[in-house]
Amino acid sequence: MMDEGTELSLTIAQIVQRLKGTNLHSQIERQAKECLHRPEIKLESLKDDVRHFLKASGWEKKLQNAVYRELHVQPPPCHPATPPEHTKEPLAYMRKAQASWEKRILKSLNSMCTELGVPLARKRPAIEQKELTNKWNEMGTDEPDLSRFRPVYAPKDFLEVLISLRNPNHDSSEEASSKSYWGLVQVPLQVRDIPQMREAYSELCLTSGQLGIDDLTHVPPDLFESEHIRIGKKVLSEQDSAAAQQYSRQGCPTGLRADLWSLILNSTNSPEDVLHYNQLKAGVIHHDLLVDKLIYKDVKLTASNDDYYFVFEDYLYQVLLCFSRDTAVLDHFSYNSATPPKSYIQGRVGEEEFAVVYPPNGVIPFHGFSMYVAPLCFLYNEPSKLYAVFREMYVRYFFRLHSISSSASGIVSLCLQFERLLQTHLPQLFYHLREIGAQPLRVAFKWMVRAFSGYLSTDQLLLLWDRVLGYDSLEIVAVLAAAVFAFRAENLMEVTSLASAEAVLADLSTLKVMPLIQIFLFATVI
Amino acid sequence: MSVNTVSCTVKPAITLQLGDAKTDTSRPGVYVIDVTLPIGQTVNIQEISFKNYYTACLTLRLLIRGEEGAAKWATCLRNRCLMPSPHTEEGSQDYYSVYRQQMLIEPDNVLAVRLILRQPSSSWLNFSVEEIKIHPCITEDPERDIPDWLSDLTHVDQLSDLQGLPDPQTVSSSIQQMWALTEVMQTNQTTASVGRFDKAASHVKDLMLIYNVVLVRFIS
Repeated sequence: MMDEGTELSLTIAQIVQRLKGTNLHSQIERQAKECLHRPEIKLESLKDDVRHFLKASGWEKKLQNAVYRELHVQPPPCHPATPPEHTKEPLAYMRKAQASWEKRILKSLNSMCTELGVPLARKRPAIEQKELTNKWNEMGTDEPDLSRFRPVYAPKDFLEVLISLRNPNHDSSEEASSKSYWGLVQVPLQVRDIPQMREAYSELCLTSGQLGIDDLTHVPPDLFESEHIRIGKKVLSEQDSAAAQQYSRQGCPTGLRADLWSLILNSTNSPEDVLHYNQLKAGVIHHDLLVDKLIYKDVKLTASNDDYYFVFEDYLYQVLLCFSRDTAVLDHFSYNSATPPKSYIQGRVGEEEFAVVYPPNGVIPFHGFSMYVAPLCFLYNEPSKLYAVFREMYVRYFFRLHSISSSASGIVSLCLQFERLLQTHLPQLFYHLREIGAQPLRVAFKWMVRAFSGYLSTDQLLLLWDRVLGYDSLEIVAVLAAAVFAFRAENLMEVTSLASAEAVLADLSTLKVMPLIQIFLFATVI
Repeated sequence: MSVNTVSCTVKPAITLQLGDAKTDTSRPGVYVIDVTLPIGQTVNIQEISFKNYYTACLTLRLLIRGEEGAAKWATCLRNRCLMPSPHTEEGSQDYYSVYRQQMLIEPDNVLAVRLILRQPSSSWLNFSVEEIKIHPCITEDPERDIPDWLSDLTHVDQLSDLQGLPDPQTVSSSIQQMWALTEVMQTNQTTASVGRFDKAASHVKDLMLIYNVVLVRFIS
């Protein structure tokens, strides 16, 4: 395509454009201007001295972290003739599938709206606003009647859509089935096999120390844990995002995890972020949205019923209600295959100036959505900080779990990878499950859509998410799903129905994720 | 420059396969597409752009008018891989360009272009390339290697900044330091990780360059 030099120049130009006008930019400019008064800044070596000052005062590091963050969310440089929808998703049939799925969701939302006679949005009367302000920290005590509301969709509906995805140009006739796939996903995406993953995930190999394995009580801490914690503290003092990300691949110590994750995500809790959060809170108080009811319902159905997360119910409302109103989330749609739902002011359908995105952040929550936030409540107790970290995790990773795309971290690739790994390395098990009508993906899908939140015990889940952040990819989720099947293979070979397969795999709360992943990746005989 | 294209005729694809095209049930794996210019016209090509549709690799041949009016075919691009893994979707519907600098011969006085498309995988029902455009050289400006859309991204007053790009000395010295560091570390690595380390080192090099340029832009 383009040569490396042009690609680099384009990347730089895009990053400069994105960071220009941000708060960080004006702060650095101000710092640069103010430092001119300092005696060590000489006119002859002005540029060098200013740079030196910025480096010593930590501002250069902040800028580096901001640039590193932009590199994460920037789509890869592409050909100048590429239209924006191609940047969101290069394959035409996937775009089409995503568009029709979105239409279905919107139809479901609109029909619920009409059936129940509830408006999509309404301004709260003053009394209600006052009540909500007083009750802000204990919204969980509220018991509104939500029986008439139902989630817009559940993961199993989404699975049916993914199963029916077909490439019209793909030959799926019998002659081509020398490479037949036993699984449900029938799109030929590129997924990695174990030898390739051994290279990519080399920090997880059997000879490398890991948190989740080498920090258990019977292992002396001098072997790995103490040194790892010492390095973690150093990484935090350097405040370097890239180093923190690399460090996280071997796990984050519990005491340092919160700071490390916010460093990796470049999620600062600056006064501007707190202000932004308070503005969103004000938005919640002034207006009531239909999606608020969906959020309430979801939290009540999932997190509130969970032994680990029910204590955080109030935090979940405080984060998710604000999340729905945050238009900054709309930025991520430039690299998300999804498009935010639009509604038009009456009589002006099709005219862009009269289009309004609903909900304001463009994300319609589904059944289980609140589980993306719940584990983070163990790390952050300040709502604005919790909010900032969740939002960044959503726009980097979680959005890929519920949109149809060809991305390597997208749910379609994860499902395909899970099935391929199973078919390649546990063919007897796969064949047996298929024969009894218990396709493995039907069990594993719900784990992957939530990135295992709510299925693993919390400490194990956080160890898994350490690696998601460390490797900047959700691929490890598919690997874990296959590893769980490998672990319970003996029991699964004895089952005779989908229900009994589900029962064998119902309780994952005793599993230790790192040994499972390590054994599956590095001890499987190829 | 990218919007400047030459009008040309794209002929329908011709298959190349062994055996009788009518009775043979297997699908062809090679297509040839000819793109001709209006009669008598020649072009000095700057860029050929197109959209892929499941073609795995592409060979380009040009019909060049030589001295005394004799025309000769020459290969200017051999087996450029468009899909790294022909059985899977990667690169299957992407937009591509072949630039003058990437061609094996000087694409001047070109009468026609022949695209030879190959798709070895039997997974796909069809393959071709679409939206073929030929972009001529406009002026003999050797400094116009940077495409227009790149300068469109920066503000107009930033264009002068392109000359004020990071002082090569500062950038190269900091990169040299990084490089020296990585060299030292590299010699201490086992052979197994050297290959990966090369990739990591060049990635670090790129990253440092980006950091430095962005910082300079912000404080200049």
